[in-house]
Parts: sequence; C-alpha cells; structure tokens
Amino acid sequence: MKGSVISVLVVLAVLDRLAGGLEHRSYDYTKYHTMDEIGFKSTTPKKAVWMDCGIHAREWIAPAFCQHFVKEILGSYKTDSNVNMLFKNLDFYITPVLNMDGYIYSWRDKTTRLWRKSRSPGTGNCTCFGTDLNRNFYANWGMVGISRDCCSDIYNGPTALSEPEAKAVTDFLGAHQNEVLCYLTIHSYGQLILIPYGHPNISAPNYEELMEVGLAAAKAIKAVHGTSYKVGTAPDILYANSGTSRDFARLIGIPYSFTFELRDKGNYGFILPEDQIQPACEEAYQGAMSIVNYVHDKNFKSAATTATL
Amino acid sequence: MKTFCSVWLLLSLVELSPAPPASQEPPLACTGAPDPAPPQPETAEDMASTGDLEPTHYPARRAAQVALHYLNTHHGSPFRVFGLQQVHKASAEDVGAGGRKYKLDFSVTDWGSGSAGPALRCSADVLFPRTERHSAPEVQLHCEALHQINSTAQEDDAFYQKYISPDSAVSARDIPDSFGNMSEEMQPFWRLARVAASFIMLRESSENTEFNMAKVASVTQQESREEQLMLEFVVLLHDFPSQEIVQWKLLASWSPDRGVRVLQTEWQPRCPHATKPPN
Repeated sequence: MKGSVISVLVVLAVLDRLAGGLEHRSYDYTKYHTMDEIGFKSTTPKKAVWMDCGIHAREWIAPAFCQHFVKEILGSYKTDSNVNMLFKNLDFYITPVLNMDGYIYSWRDKTTRLWRKSRSPGTGNCTCFGTDLNRNFYANWGMVGISRDCCSDIYNGPTALSEPEAKAVTDFLGAHQNEVLCYLTIHSYGQLILIPYGHPNISAPNYEELMEVGLAAAKAIKAVHGTSYKVGTAPDILYANSGTSRDFARLIGIPYSFTFELRDKGNYGFILPEDQIQPACEEAYQGAMSIVNYVHDKNFKSAATTATL
Repeated sequence: MKTFCSVWLLLSLVELSPAPPASQEPPLACTGAPDPAPPQPETAEDMASTGDLEPTHYPARRAAQVALHYLNTHHGSPFRVFGLQQVHKASAEDVGAGGRKYKLDFSVTDWGSGSAGPALRCSADVLFPRTERHSAPEVQLHCEALHQINSTAQEDDAFYQKYISPDSAVSARDIPDSFGNMSEEMQPFWRLARVAASFIMLRESSENTEFNMAKVASVTQQESREEQLMLEFVVLLHDFPSQEIVQWKLLASWSPDRGVRVLQTEWQPRCPHATKPPN
C-alpha cells in the first residue's frame, strides 16, 4: 500500500493570543488545529490510537513527552519496520497540549508555574478561575475525589463537560469510538500507570488484562534507565477520583485506557530539571510503545481476534 | 521532522507571550481574614483495610512518607535529604482511642547520591491519631546502618563556615526556577528548606494527605543566633489527594552540631488566582 504521512499541526490559537486575544475563547476546533493525525493514508477506515498530554497545566514533562513521541515515530517510520507497520494499520491522534489556556498561563511567570486547571472564569458567586479538566468528563462525574469549592484544584466544574476542552475530546472520541483502540493520557508526577476506574467500587471488565499490559509497559520502562513505575487502579495506588478522561474512554468502550504519571516521585515533582527531560521521555516512549504494540498485535496479527470489551 | 519543528516553534512562541491585561493580575496582598487552619482535603478516604497492606498501594506509601518526613527532620542536612525508594511490607491496625497504627518495612535513598546511592532499610511504627481536631502523627523509626553512610561532615562544615559570618545575607527566590534550574550554590539551601518543610509536612500529615515540597518560593537569611544559621523560608507544599499547593513561611536554624530546628511556622493563604476583573 503506497503511503504518505498526514500530519497537521497548526497552532493558530497561540498566534491569536499573541495578537491580544483573551484567555478562554471558545476555540473553534475547525479553525485551530491543535491535534496531530499521523499515519499512512488508507482507502479503508483505520483503527486509531489516541494520546493527549497536558490536561494539567503544571505537568510540563507531559507536553514534552508528546513532542518526543511524535518526533520518534516520524523520525523512525522509514527505517523501523515496526513503526512502519504501525503507521500502515493505525492512525495516531496526538494532542500535545490539551489544556492550552492553563499551560500558557503556567508559563506566564513564577507565581503561575504551579497552575493546574483550565482558565475558565468562575460562574455564579465564584471569584476563582478554572476547572480541573480531569474531573470534568462525563464518567461518574462528581462521585468521588472532587471538590465543589470552585477555588479547589480538583473542582469538577459547574456541570459535567462545562469545559470546551473536555467537550472537544468527548465529541471526538464519541465520533471515533469504533476506531479508537487505545487511549493514553499523559500526566506527572508519580511514576505510575493507572488503569480504569477511579471509583473504588467499579472494576473494568478487562481489569486482569489491563494490569498485565500495564505491568509489561512498566517493565519496558524500567529496562531503559532503571526507573520504577507502579501499576494499578487510581483508588489502589493513588487516590479515588471521578470524571477523568481515562474513565470516560473506557466507559464508551475503548478497551485499553491508561494514564501515565511520568517522573519523578516527589523530589522535584512538577518542576523536573532539564537533564531529566530526555531520559523521562525515552523511558515513557518504551512504555507507550509496549502498549501500542500489544493493542496492534491483538487486532492485526492473529487470525482469530476477539476484541475484549 | 516538520511537525517537530512546528511544535518547537509553538514553544518559542509561548515563551514570548506578552503579559495579560492588568485586571487579571492576582492582588499583591490578599485581603480578608485568613483561615487559621490550612485547607484539609475534602474526600475522606475509606481506610477500612486492617491487617496486611499491599505495599504498592497508597495507604502504605502515605504512612511511609510520614516516616520519611520524620527521618529527614532528624537526619536531614544541607547535604542530605532522604527519599522513599520502596515499601517492602506494611500492616495496619486500629488502636485504642480511635487511632490507627501502621507497621512499615521500607527502603530509603539519599537524593544527593542519586539512584547510584545505597538504599537504607528502615522499619517504622506510624500512629495516626483520630481526634476531632487534627493532631500530628507519632512516629517510631529505626534505620539500619544510618551512621555507616558516607558522612557529609566536611561539606556541612564548609557550608557553615561560609554563611555563619556576620556579613552573610543570603537572599534568593524561586528555587528551582520554572524550568527546574537551581544553581549549585542554592542546592544546600534547597535541601535545608526541604528538611525544614519536613517538620511541617510531618505535623500536617494524616491518612488523607500525601505531601511533597513543590518548590522554595524564597530564602532570606536572618541574623545568626547562638551560632546557628537562621533562615526564613517560604515553601510551597504539594498534597496529592487534594492536588493543592499549600504555602508556609517558616523560620529555621541549622548548625552541624544541632541539625535543623524549626522555630516558627505560619500558613500563608494563597490568593485565588485572579479575582474577577470589575465589570
């Protein structure tokens, strides 16, 4: 199959900001392309892998990782037969900075570096800005691990999907739910691979398989620089939560849904030193590819494939 | 490659982004009566597990982190800060008067020596009291071979001699900076802040918190007292369950003989970021 790489990244939203545009405009997603679509063209519909980085503004290593991932796959598909095969059978949808407003705000100055949420103005009597995008999805919204105080860093928003960023992801995944095989969302810190669900009383039907795949990814990560990642559900290894993008993806039937929490474990936390960027990205790349390859092989190699939902 | 270049361009454009309009600036000083108690996380975790705990799960890790804060208050220095490497075994039981006691077997490493450094094996009992008003957890800790690890006495003394002189007036902000940079000169101050912050993190910890120090907002050397280096720090702590950044001002003393002591602490309410601009 003759192939060509389709790659679109036009960051007009940033240029708009430089021209004096205000925060939190309602981004017209047909006008501002903030997502990469990468893979060989095909005449038949393709399956896909989704990866987003930077749902939380202060987790700077995450957008760096998305860029590293894109650079790696684009730089190797001609010579690496594995990546070449992935491009044939899969499209990669990658959003390097999902929470654009928050991320740009966190670059503003030293006092904003640790911002987490979106930058939507408070509603009603609220004088604070922002909703935690990773509590705003329609996935057991508001049930656990959230705050109804709009100034809180885990404020889940006035309603589910109140935030255009969460709505945009929801709409896209909904429209592509039969194509997307794998959902990866990249965060920091903690060195964890989290599997659905965030609610302690709800188990994913393929929990065992998700654990297996996650543990294999952690092993792949460790092989690079010796870094240890733990694997488990959020309520087990981190804390209970709800309204997360990972849970939403699993709930609409995307079978393989993982959250990566990258380096470190609390030494520098969100403010990872420069000399750790490259190794953190290198090891996480192997972890992500371990999952992507598993998902690919399950769907494209064996003759009789049963998708587990 | 083209995409990578576009993305690189994105980053450079972001750096040049101009400041937002003045109405969005957070107020320089927050008005209004500060809440005397720092914010506690809103979700009460169900801590029903008693008996053996899964070492990779958060209840064991949070208790170990408390033991780690205790370790750092006693053995931390400008050239030594311990980090949690791994929990090997953990168990918990309810004790009289409504507390819960954790028994832990875990390893720590000295961050200074990086991953190459030796791991120290520790055992600890951590008691979280269950009182109406929060009270600090109680820790009993024993680490093997604590005195066998490489002594930092030489570096400690050199650092002490340099800054105890009467005309020393160290003052710095944002350690590390937004990009994770920290000068070599600032590293011992960052470690001292981390050790001093451990006193606060230890005191404020419960089964529903998990603290790390996010950054040092400022360090201002005060006049030395009784041959102790006196340092005023403003530290930003990160709590996992609430994801909040909690700001504390504190006054700490240090000398090679006496170690770190914290004399005063003051919780500083952070202004809600950008109150609404007036209509």
